[in-house]
Amino acid sequence: MALMKFAPEALKNLFMKPATKMYPNEEPVYPEGSRGHVKISIDDCISCGMCVRACPNGALKVDRNAGTWTIDRFDCIACGYCVLKCPKKCLFMEKGYQVPGPEKKEDTYTKSPEVLAAEEEKRRIAAMKAAEAKAAMEAKASEEKKG
Amino acid sequence: MDIKIPENELEMIEGSDLLKRVLELKKSGFRFSQANAALIDGNFELSYSFSDYETYGLHTLRIVTDTEQEIPSITQIVPAAVFYENEMKELYGVKIKMIDLDYRDKLYRIRQTAPMGKQKTEE
Amino acid sequence: MGKRSVIPFGPQHPVLPEPIHIDLVVEDEKVVEAVPSIGFVHRGLESLAEKKDFNQLVYVAERTCGICSFQHGMGYCEAVEHIMGLEVPRRAKFLRTIWAELSRIHSHLLWLGLLADGFGFENLFYQCWRIREKILDLHELTAGGRLIFSVNKVGGVIKDIEGDKLDTILSTLDEVDDELRVIRSVFFEDRTVLSRLKGVGILSKEQINDLGAVGPFARASGVRVDMRMLGYAAYDELSFVPIVSNDGDCYARCFIRMMELFQSIKLIREAIGKIPAEKDLEVPVKGNPDGEYFMRLEQPRGEAFYYVKASGKPILDRMRIRTPTFANIPALCEMLKNTEIADVGLLVLTIDPCVSCTER
Repeated sequence: MALMKFAPEALKNLFMKPATKMYPNEEPVYPEGSRGHVKISIDDCISCGMCVRACPNGALKVDRNAGTWTIDRFDCIACGYCVLKCPKKCLFMEKGYQVPGPEKKEDTYTKSPEVLAAEEEKRRIAAMKAAEAKAAMEAKASEEKKG
Repeated sequence: MDIKIPENELEMIEGSDLLKRVLELKKSGFRFSQANAALIDGNFELSYSFSDYETYGLHTLRIVTDTEQEIPSITQIVPAAVFYENEMKELYGVKIKMIDLDYRDKLYRIRQTAPMGKQKTEE
Repeated sequence: MGKRSVIPFGPQHPVLPEPIHIDLVVEDEKVVEAVPSIGFVHRGLESLAEKKDFNQLVYVAERTCGICSFQHGMGYCEAVEHIMGLEVPRRAKFLRTIWAELSRIHSHLLWLGLLADGFGFENLFYQCWRIREKILDLHELTAGGRLIFSVNKVGGVIKDIEGDKLDTILSTLDEVDDELRVIRSVFFEDRTVLSRLKGVGILSKEQINDLGAVGPFARASGVRVDMRMLGYAAYDELSFVPIVSNDGDCYARCFIRMMELFQSIKLIREAIGKIPAEKDLEVPVKGNPDGEYFMRLEQPRGEAFYYVKASGKPILDRMRIRTPTFANIPALCEMLKNTEIADVGLLVLTIDPCVSCTER
């Protein structure tokens, strides 16, 4: 049994620099690979919806026609499963945590007009080709019927 | 390391044999580990696991019964089972009689009775 | 013989970070009976298991507990892997072991700090948590999260710890080791500490076995059990023996956890020395699990049970988590009998209660 066993350590701590940071005034340093929040490079997104189905929390929404990707930052648990599942690898985990706020809000990202126009064009061509193919099939079928 | 994972033993028994088997296992040096319920195809599956801390073996007693049958409580033999049986009773509505310390569905403070039991599947 | 009265303890109490309520039947200053009640923070995670697919469930399982988060995820993954017959690559196994031991160090340091706070030694409390901060920084450096790792997946791990990060772990552990030696001598020898811990709340081996207590709590009473001996993850390739004490009092529980800190440091050093160089981290997962398995593993607080039952569908039939505190509460109530009411707070702390994971 000893008395004042901790005294030397306590004295040392008294004259040391503080171990904590003055957080809001002093910027925190996050290490590489810290899971803070999800970021998207929206123009690479193909609106496949894999992330929506993967999200354990249902925090994501994708609208294919409008070309938007919506995340409820306050529902997101920063698990990184959507990043893992994304086939185009256009989702990233970035440093920096979600800041608290007075109410829940969603962040919506919309694709740039050029990308949207190109996609619209692609869809139009695809629809045209499909219609042509269908017409050809029908013509062939009716010919066979006649024959 | 000398100990390897022993196979988990699973033994199917009837509800009426439960107390007898629990007593036998306790006599042969097993200690109670856990008990849980599951609702599979409208039947309750109750598992009572016992482990032997010398050999790290795990022996599980399994009762498959319909949801109406009454199951005797094992708390007279194994005092540690109190919480497990209360939980089974509360979450699944398993009819367990004579629990030593019966919380009467007040173990967890939830509004529904038997939220994971039969009632849920009927909805 | 005095008059009996009932004193409620909790759900709010200075020693408790989480809500648990105990009705103490007291006679004068002596506790004669303790009736626990839990259920203030029941979240229904087991019920949630019936709505998510088995890959998403890893993240649900991890959030059972904030302190032993990694080991919950690991336990669930190992259970599913066992059902599906997947052999995880060796490097992934070693990485899991390293992370599991790191989280054990941080959990035990948290507990030691809370204990010091519980018996009124504020300085020591700050010192413990200051050391713990270094381990949390290691977590963020290697896994990306300070408490919730999210690196497990069914079939392996997501992230690798590269060579220089392993060196950082080793050098940080050296610093932590030195600092731990200082607080070890305080916990083991200081008069303030000894007078609060020695001979308080004694439980015998028979009582522990009857009441089903697990983990360091059971080991302090001479029950020689440590689920790491089962050799899950990479523990079968590492050498260690369970730390056991026969005293069964609060001091023994403190002693066990303190010694386990050094044991964990040793295990991490050994694991880093033996880690294989090949870069495989996961095996592909095909199909859905079909079958059932009881997985047992040693968490910082003791033996945890994972019961997974699946029937070939992406959604599991049943996932059950039995956390160590759930098993320790009956023994806690036995221990509280015949103690002074002033010791109750400290005794509740010594089982390292983690109420949120108890209620899932």
